[in-house]
Amino acid sequence: MTRPRAVLLVRIAVLAGLVILLEICCRSGIIDPLTVIPPSNMIASMIDNVGSGDLNESIVNTFSTIILAFVLAIGFGTLAGALIHRSSRLRDVADPLLASYYSVPTFIFYPLLVALLGLGKAPLVVLGVLSAAPAVMISTLSGLDGVPPVLMKLARVQRLGPARTLWWIVLPAALPRLFTGLKLALSYALIGVIAGEFILSGTGLGYAISFAYQSFDNRAMYGLMLFVLLVAVIANGILYVWEGRLARRRSTG
Amino acid sequence: MSTAAVSEQSHVTLNEVVRRYDGPPVVHALGPINLVLRRSEFFSIVGPSGCGKSTLLDVLCGLVRPTSGDVQFEGRELRGDVPDGVGVVFQEDSSMPWLSVRQNVAFGLRTSDLPEKEVTERVDHAVSFMGLAQFADHYPAQLSGGMRQRVCIARTLVLRPRLVLLDEPFGALDQQTRLLMGDELLRLWRETGATVLLITHALDEAAMLSDRVGVMSARPGRFIDMAETGWPRDRDSRIVSDPKFGALTARLWSCLREESLKTMGRAA
Repeated sequence: MTRPRAVLLVRIAVLAGLVILLEICCRSGIIDPLTVIPPSNMIASMIDNVGSGDLNESIVNTFSTIILAFVLAIGFGTLAGALIHRSSRLRDVADPLLASYYSVPTFIFYPLLVALLGLGKAPLVVLGVLSAAPAVMISTLSGLDGVPPVLMKLARVQRLGPARTLWWIVLPAALPRLFTGLKLALSYALIGVIAGEFILSGTGLGYAISFAYQSFDNRAMYGLMLFVLLVAVIANGILYVWEGRLARRRSTG
Repeated sequence: MSTAAVSEQSHVTLNEVVRRYDGPPVVHALGPINLVLRRSEFFSIVGPSGCGKSTLLDVLCGLVRPTSGDVQFEGRELRGDVPDGVGVVFQEDSSMPWLSVRQNVAFGLRTSDLPEKEVTERVDHAVSFMGLAQFADHYPAQLSGGMRQRVCIARTLVLRPRLVLLDEPFGALDQQTRLLMGDELLRLWRETGATVLLITHALDEAAMLSDRVGVMSARPGRFIDMAETGWPRDRDSRIVSDPKFGALTARLWSCLREESLKTMGRAA
């Protein structure tokens, strides 16, 4: 068995073990079922809730908001990162701000965003973008900084124009770091949007979880939490596999 | 002599070339330099560290414009752009880690409008010429430093440049590999008929490979000696056992020693 496959199997075994342990603890009463329901019930609840179709609108709302925030964050983040990369003055100003950005809890601005933009998608999208864009910005900046100068010289020697230099040299050279930004941005957009829905919104999966929580409907709450968790893990997993395929070529072996 | 006859003999001409970098402080890196590279000759440049060898290469291929003076390639003045027909191999590894060996080599022809069949033929020839046929589908990370440098040479070779500029391409290689790479370079030079300019810090490499060796002074770099080696065109690394080789290397070193000491801040 290859080493990566063995690592994957151990990882799955550890996760499965923890889930089985939780199941046993819940079933045997070590953990109060009013606090946590057994994982098997969580799965059943997830299937019931999602399968019933009652949540279709919330699911569509939440994920379309996340995708919109993710795409906008990539656009803004990449543009800003590229601008900072080009201008040393802008970098002097932006560097300390970027370094300390994630110490600011952006959620505290949600009431302000609601006041400014009203209830609906807009404040959630802004919150998602505020969470995700700086990660894209930082990774774009570090990706562009990391393009070896000799490859830029090569582009000139090969007489490539700006578009070809960007497409054939800069982007592929910066790709590993850009990918890190994409993965983080997806996670941050998801956290931003769902947390926003959780706090104040009247729609979406975050709101549905919050509603179930306030109604003491543990079964629905855990089912929905599991659903969000699964979607997040699958989306990140797809990016992870894609990144792995790209990285494999660049590493030895 | 007529203009046609001059351009027939001279492939590249540097006329009173000076390069300064705006400061502060202003750095006078190079010149004034006058040099005529003859068509199909193998010319090497040696000089102390920081004497402006790489700046000279950048000026020669059009990457950098001289502060004053002019550079002519095949009778046309260079104006800050790399002209068609010039290939450069850099000191640093410039293979692209996201492309296989074959794709790296073919990269040079991406902008050409050659038919696909010819592209494939040229790439296959360059790959096997540089001894990389077995590794054509490998990625640079799977190759040694010497092999990666061969990929970069193959990528230049595939363009069939009429002028090949090499900036210490074997700097990171061990002595045995360097000797063998030198042989490959000589074979390449003979087969393509290109004019080759090699920048190196290794006196033996310059003495072994070249028709002429230019010795540069400490910064600002100027030529302080120009040695004709007199080697036959059909030569290889075994020439190091020729008594003339020792005498030539000694001549180069006697020129360079004083300049190297200047660079180190000491008197001769």
